[in-house]
Amino acid sequence: MELLKHYKTIFSRELKSYFYSPIAYIVISIFLVVTGWFFYSTFFLYNQAELRNFFQLLPIIFSFIIPAVTMKLFSEELNLGSYEIIATMPVTFLDIIAGKFLAAFAFTALMLAPTVFYAVFTAFMGKLDHGPVIGGYLGALLLGGSFSAIGLFASTLSRNQIIAFIIGMIICFSLTLIDKMLFFLPSVMLGFFQYLGADYHFQNISRGIIDTRDILYFCTICFISLYGCYLTMQEKKA
Amino acid sequence: MIKVDQITKYYDTFCAVDNISFEIQKGEIVGLLGPNGAGKSTTLRMLTCFMLPSAGSVTIKDYSINKNQLEIKKLIGYLPESAPLYHDMLVYDYLDYAAQIREIPAEKKNRRIAELADTCGLNDVMHKSIGELSKGYKQRVGLAHAMIGDPEILILDEPTSGLDPNQIVEIRELIKKIGRQKTVILSTHILSEVEATCDRVIIINRGKIAADSTVAELKKSGSEEHFLNLSVKNADFSELRSRLSSVHGVKNIIENQGKEGFTSCRIQCGSSDEIRPAVYETIKNSGWVLYDFHQESKSLENIFRDLTREN
Repeated sequence: MELLKHYKTIFSRELKSYFYSPIAYIVISIFLVVTGWFFYSTFFLYNQAELRNFFQLLPIIFSFIIPAVTMKLFSEELNLGSYEIIATMPVTFLDIIAGKFLAAFAFTALMLAPTVFYAVFTAFMGKLDHGPVIGGYLGALLLGGSFSAIGLFASTLSRNQIIAFIIGMIICFSLTLIDKMLFFLPSVMLGFFQYLGADYHFQNISRGIIDTRDILYFCTICFISLYGCYLTMQEKKA
Repeated sequence: MIKVDQITKYYDTFCAVDNISFEIQKGEIVGLLGPNGAGKSTTLRMLTCFMLPSAGSVTIKDYSINKNQLEIKKLIGYLPESAPLYHDMLVYDYLDYAAQIREIPAEKKNRRIAELADTCGLNDVMHKSIGELSKGYKQRVGLAHAMIGDPEILILDEPTSGLDPNQIVEIRELIKKIGRQKTVILSTHILSEVEATCDRVIIINRGKIAADSTVAELKKSGSEEHFLNLSVKNADFSELRSRLSSVHGVKNIIENQGKEGFTSCRIQCGSSDEIRPAVYETIKNSGWVLYDFHQESKSLENIFRDLTREN
């Protein structure tokens, strides 16, 4: 297909480029230390063979970590000027955006992969209910993908990576916390704002209930963010 | 091959390119010349589909930049100003990546990369990361990147900036060599570069075309007046002037600052008059010793300055 011919080349360049610098290793380490510490500090106190605590923390940790992963994707290219090269190579914008998004998504998945060990460990400790764990990981991937798309959008907004990070973090954090703030709102709007919250949908899936509404929610977030990328980059071209 | 029709480009309210039109034939080497901020890079960016014009149209080989961007990008190899390449990649990896995007088959890829490493003098740095390279080497990697797909049109934005004099000569030779089969457009603010490499020059000033012709024609056009410089030993300027002003065709004589003991002057005359024999005769008859005698034709520098001077 002409529109999506080169996304693999761009994807592999972007993913490799994470590992050229120490940043990837640092981000993964921080993620594992933070989740591991928060999860195991209370694990033995509850005395329950489940990963619920881990999945409850995940949206907040992702809100910080994923914008840090995605911040460079466009900002660095705009700042360095290398965007001029990639934009004038025989690739479509769809190639560029798909390559970059999938690289961020793959990085998130790689970051999440070692935590499967928590599940294996917990399964040895007691009788682990598989449903919520599988649901939790599926939800984590959907959430990671959505936040990657948001981070990518934030990255198109500024040449400065720090600013891109902060914008991305604010959006992800708002989506995570919105359903915790519902008591400030009039009751007519409750349903709407609850539906807007990423955490609400993620917790649904991580209970092991896979509902199309939740999946649709994450897909919509991805689509809107990536379309936002297209609009901002198109704006720069005109 | 390339047809630019009345393109205008606004950055917010600033007009960078103002209603420019030109056509470029296959196999031409065209130099885009202009002072800083004249709109050269903006023009090139529109040709390469990096930006779209606010008005007007660009057609390259029957493809319009508004509709067939992918086809145009396939035809063009582009080196942006100051070669902004990915700093974290190795030179070889970078060329490999560019070759993949240009759809060079795997079995030909290594040969093509080796070829370009030879032509661009990259063999010593193939396994260094681009961020570590000096500006000149980065420029060469950028050039190799532009040529890797063997494109029909090569667009180079200040290709020799940051190179040392030897490299500049090499790159110019290379551009000339490529220009025999390909169409090359390069932008520069160095005049000698245009003289050395280009068939045709387009001078842009403040977003408008100030001149569009061959280098030779351009040089001819500005030369309505000639200047003759001469310097003689131990002569009095007023006497020199009075003797020379009687020569037919002399319009004006101005004293130049000469060395101690020498009198120098600049004689202005019409371009059609040949006054040198008469001037020489006059000097010889007066018994002065002539140390310097040369005609100054209007250089490209002067023409450029006249065309682009701030009003």
